[in-house]
Formats: sequence, C-alpha cells, structure tokens
Amino acid sequence: MTAAPDHTPTFAETTLAERIGKAAPVLLVPVLVVLGFIAIGAPSSWLTLTVSGLAMGMMIFIMASGLTLVFGLMDVINFGHGAFISVGAFVGVSVLLALGTWTGAPSLLLNVAAVLLAVIAAMIVTGALGWGFERVIVRPVYGAHLKQILVTVGGLIVIEQLIHVIWGPDEIFINRPVMLKGAVTFAGAAVEKYRLLAVVIGLALFVAMRMVLRRTKIGLIVRAGVENGEMVQALGYRLRLVFIGVFIAGSALAGLGGVMWGLYQEVITAGMGEEMMILVFIVVIIGGLGSVEGAFIGALLVGLLQNYVAFLEPKLALVSNIALMTAILLWRPQGMMPVVKAK
Amino acid sequence: MLVNLLSGDKPRSTVLTVLLLVILVGLALAPFLFPGVRSLETAARICIFIVLVASYDLLLGYAGIVSFAHTMFFGLGAYGVALASTHMGRGYDALIAGAGLGAVAAAALALLIGLFSLRVRAIFFAMITLAVASAVAVLVSQFSGLTGGEDGLNYKIPRELTPAFRLGEVMGVRINGKVLNYYLIFAGSLALFLLMLRIVNSPFGRVLQAIRENDFRAEAIGYKVVWYRTLATCISAATAALAGSLFAIWLRYVGPDTTLSFEIMLDILLMVVIGGMGTMYGAVIGATIFVLAQNYLQTLMGSASEATSALPLVPHLLDPDRWLMWLGILFILSVYFFPTGIVGRLRAGR
Repeated sequence: MTAAPDHTPTFAETTLAERIGKAAPVLLVPVLVVLGFIAIGAPSSWLTLTVSGLAMGMMIFIMASGLTLVFGLMDVINFGHGAFISVGAFVGVSVLLALGTWTGAPSLLLNVAAVLLAVIAAMIVTGALGWGFERVIVRPVYGAHLKQILVTVGGLIVIEQLIHVIWGPDEIFINRPVMLKGAVTFAGAAVEKYRLLAVVIGLALFVAMRMVLRRTKIGLIVRAGVENGEMVQALGYRLRLVFIGVFIAGSALAGLGGVMWGLYQEVITAGMGEEMMILVFIVVIIGGLGSVEGAFIGALLVGLLQNYVAFLEPKLALVSNIALMTAILLWRPQGMMPVVKAK
Repeated sequence: MLVNLLSGDKPRSTVLTVLLLVILVGLALAPFLFPGVRSLETAARICIFIVLVASYDLLLGYAGIVSFAHTMFFGLGAYGVALASTHMGRGYDALIAGAGLGAVAAAALALLIGLFSLRVRAIFFAMITLAVASAVAVLVSQFSGLTGGEDGLNYKIPRELTPAFRLGEVMGVRINGKVLNYYLIFAGSLALFLLMLRIVNSPFGRVLQAIRENDFRAEAIGYKVVWYRTLATCISAATAALAGSLFAIWLRYVGPDTTLSFEIMLDILLMVVIGGMGTMYGAVIGATIFVLAQNYLQTLMGSASEATSALPLVPHLLDPDRWLMWLGILFILSVYFFPTGIVGRLRAGR
C-alpha cells in the first residue's frame, strides 16, 4: 500500500465533447425517437409505434433488471431467468383465469384488483422459486462461470418441463380484463390502454429501483457489495443475506415481467421465457453488465427500434436488435454503462 | 498403427474400451445387426451427432469456451448442401461443393464472431453467441425465397444414395441406396472424429487445454490466447458444418427446426456434459446414450407412466414427452458430481 498522494486537488475543466460523451447513452433514446419520426413521416403512426415501443421496452426492462442486478452483485449469470419469466406468466394467468368474474366485469377497480392479485401471486411464486434455485442450483457454483452457465441451463430445462407437467403441454390463451382492452385515441393516433399501463408500471419500477439503490441504506450496501464485497463483510454486514434478497427480488421481477408480457401477447407458452431471454440478454449486454440504468436505456432502445423497423421493414425486425448490439459494442465494448469491471 | 490412428489417446479404461468397441461395431454393422428403417435412422443420427458433439467439445471441453451458436454452424453446412443440390441439380459435385462452401462460410463467420467477442469474458461470449444464433435462425425462416422458410428445403441427391437404388442381398439384408448412404455417413463421421482426435492431441490441443486451465499464464508464456481461441472456434465451426452436410445428405431435407433450433443446442450441451467434457470419447458415449434415450426411453417411460396411472402427478412426471426433464436432472447432477462425465468417471475408477 502506498500513502495517499498529498497534492492539492485540481479542477480539470471538462470539455463539451467529454460532457456529451458521458451523457451520450442517455441521449440515444430521444435521438432514436427523432430518427423514427423522420423515417416514418406520419405523426399518428409514429406516435402509436413509439408508445408500443416504449411499452415493450419497459416490459423487457422489468425482466432484465433482475438479471442485471443478480449479475452485478453476485457475478452469477442466470440462464434460468427465462424459466422464471415463463413460470410467472403461467401463475399469473392461472390466477386471472380463476378470477374470471373479476376480469369480465366492466369495472376498472375489479379489473385492476385482479391483475394486481395475479402479479402478486406470480411474484411470490417466482421469488420462492428463485430462493430455492439459489440454494439448490446456484450456491455450489459461485465463482465458476462455466459451471454456472451449464447448471442454470440445466435448471431452465427442468423448470420448463415441470411447467409442461403442471399446466399441460398446450399454450394458454388469455383475454385482458375488459377495461384494459381497446385503445384511446390521442392526437389522431390509437394507443392501446394496456401499453400505457405497461409504460407507467415500468417507469414506476425504474424510479423505485433507482431510489432504493441510491437513497436507502440497503441500496448503499448493495452498491458497495458490487464494488468490494469483502470490505462490506469486514464492516459487519451479512452480505450473503443481501445476496439472497437480491436473487429473490430479481426472480420476482422476472415473474412480474412474465405476467405483463403474457397479458401483452394474450398467449403464453412454456418456451416464452426462452425466447424472451434472448432479448433480455441483448439488453443486459448493451446496457453494460450490472447496470440498472444501462438496462433501462438498452431496453427502450431495443423496444423502439424493433417497433420502428417492424413498421418499415418487417423482415428485419428481430435482426435489428443484433445490429444494435453490434453497433453499441463497437462503440463501447463493455456496454453503455458498465458497473462491473471487466475481470 | 491402431494407437497412431487414435493419436495416442487410448481409452485408458477397460469398461470404456469395451463400450467404445461395442458402439463402433454396432454402428459399423448397423444395417446387418439391426435391420429396419427406424434403427438405421437412429444409427445415422448417432454417427452425425458424435461428430457434432465432438466439435462442440473442442470448444467447451478443451478450450473452455461456452458458445450457443453451434447449431448455426451445423445449419450452415446443412443449408450449404441443400442449396447446392437445389441450384446445381442432383450430383456428387453439388454435395461436395455445398459441404465445402458451408464449411468455409462457417469458419469465416466463426472468425468474425471470435475476433469480435472472444476478448471478453466467458459469460459475455455465451450471451453474444446466443443472440447471434437466434438472429440467424430468424433470418433463415424469414427469407423464405432462398431458404424455404419454416417449411425448409427438399432436394434430390444422387440416385445411388436413395432407397430406389437396389443392389441385391447380402446375408439376408437387402442392400439399397439407403445402406450405401449410411456407409457414406459412417465413413465421413469416423474420418471427422479421428481428425478431431488428432487435433486435440496435437500441440495445438495442448495449448488449448493450457488456456482453459489458466489463460493468464498461457498468455504470459507467450501464446496469443485470442488467436488460439479464435482458431479453435473456426475449426470447431467448420467441423460442425461438415456434420451438418452429412445430416443434409442423410435426411434429404433441411429445415430450421431440424438444424437451427435452440432445442438442438441444448441437446448438444447435454450430450457433451453427460458423456464427459474434455475428452473426445465423451462425445461418442454422450451422443449414443442421448440419441438412444430420445428414441427408446420414451417407449419405456410410456409403459412406466401407464403402470403408475393410478397415482396422482406421477404419471405426468413419467409421461414420455417429459424424458428431457429427467435428462436435465441428470445433467445438473453430472455437472456437480461428475464434472468429467461418464468417461472421466470410468477413467478415474479403473
């Protein structure tokens, strides 16, 4: 160890370019929205596409936030995250189907209550599943990346098959609650109500996560744990408990995302989590591993780009994400806002 | 001579030797030992998957690289043969050109992905390959004009390789083009497998193992780790493409579900880990067990499911369609308890 350097602090003037460089990831979303407007031309379809892109981005963010938190804190990449998404969707949809009288009634209060109950049930079940998953599957392989990938893929296979055992092999169709169906017309553009709801929930979650991570003590411990786990433990905090809490929270978020995505698509299959995983991974990679803000921006970019491209050139919609990922990685090989240092 | 053929990598276990010999003889004489269309189909699948799994093991077991893009290379080889046969007409030249171009394309794509992303951590590479592979699968099903989309491609191969071509009878077994085709697949797979064995037992293979154990030290000794990893990816991709070509020659059909899907990627992963990572013989054992299970375990589970139909939930767990779940559990257990798989276990317990 060397002594702290005793020089007087200097204030380096940051140039305009440097400041823009720092803020660049945040600016990407508005830039993309403007580019979309120029490419599409018609304001009404642009608005519809933007809202649905944002809604899709928010839902992907909900699923990705759990994954990136777990990765940032525990250095565990959980390929089983996709299975939690599916399980969440199946539990949530089962609850909604059981509450058919509530969802069928033309009362906003009952509808929202039903959705809320479904979400809570899904989050409890996936949270519990995550807890078990951490204990049984992940705990023996901390620190061994290769084994982590293999074992969590194994977990993905088993959970997906268990979904088949419990809910049967067929896909399940689900109608959204009455009051959440349909669209509102705004400035000549039809905007689906459910998408607005998804945007609101996603935004609320993002703000809440940011507040918890930045303003509370538990957030401080979590962030310090990412930076230097040993030091946090030396200070007397039981980091293991925090880890488990984060894993459970991350799994529960996957469940929430699963329910919302299931209601968005109005059909759920056991393989849906696997399909979503690819989008979620892309978002986590371009955001920078372990970064909630990065995942948020990445998810919005993916959602918006996919909707714009689907309108302009449908065949390229799913590949647009790969192009986006490639471009961002060429620009910043560690992702836009990496929290975890490359090891 | 024999040891030379095996590149000095002997099975090093009596049980393993016996198992390998049984598999070799079984596959070599499959048309005579197990007559019937279904068993020949199974034997051909085993041959092809041995090569595919061995090529994946070069990455996973020897170089310690987790890639989810292996089916993409497999598919490239298969589509190479399919497209060449469609556009050049039936003929051996089309098969050779298709397989060659497929392998070259696979190696080039692997080089691109490797140079681009092998510098980053293992986890990153796994995620990137997963994304790229899914994008390719989407592209293949979208551009239906070229690839036949979801329906895939049917094409003609030389008449000597089809059931319509009859040769006569040997030992009570009718020899037709399908049998000749099988022997083409068998010989091709054997040659490719021995080639893989040669590669992993060469100095190059040793460097890969050194990198797997400690890439930092390997770099310090003076090996350019990125180049070795990239080269391993390219070789593995080209071999996988050749396996895909064999598959396309055998099936006379290529579609996204049979060559590109994520399910096949999971199958390959299961075969490598259950058979044994870091040894080519693991690929033989893993692929054989898996394909046999896929084809015959289901029948067994079906009867078990019927026998327990009075119990709650149990028959669902034993449902023939749930065979993958049991293999998944076996997979997790083998990662924990026998990280070196069946082959490593047999070698250690000699």
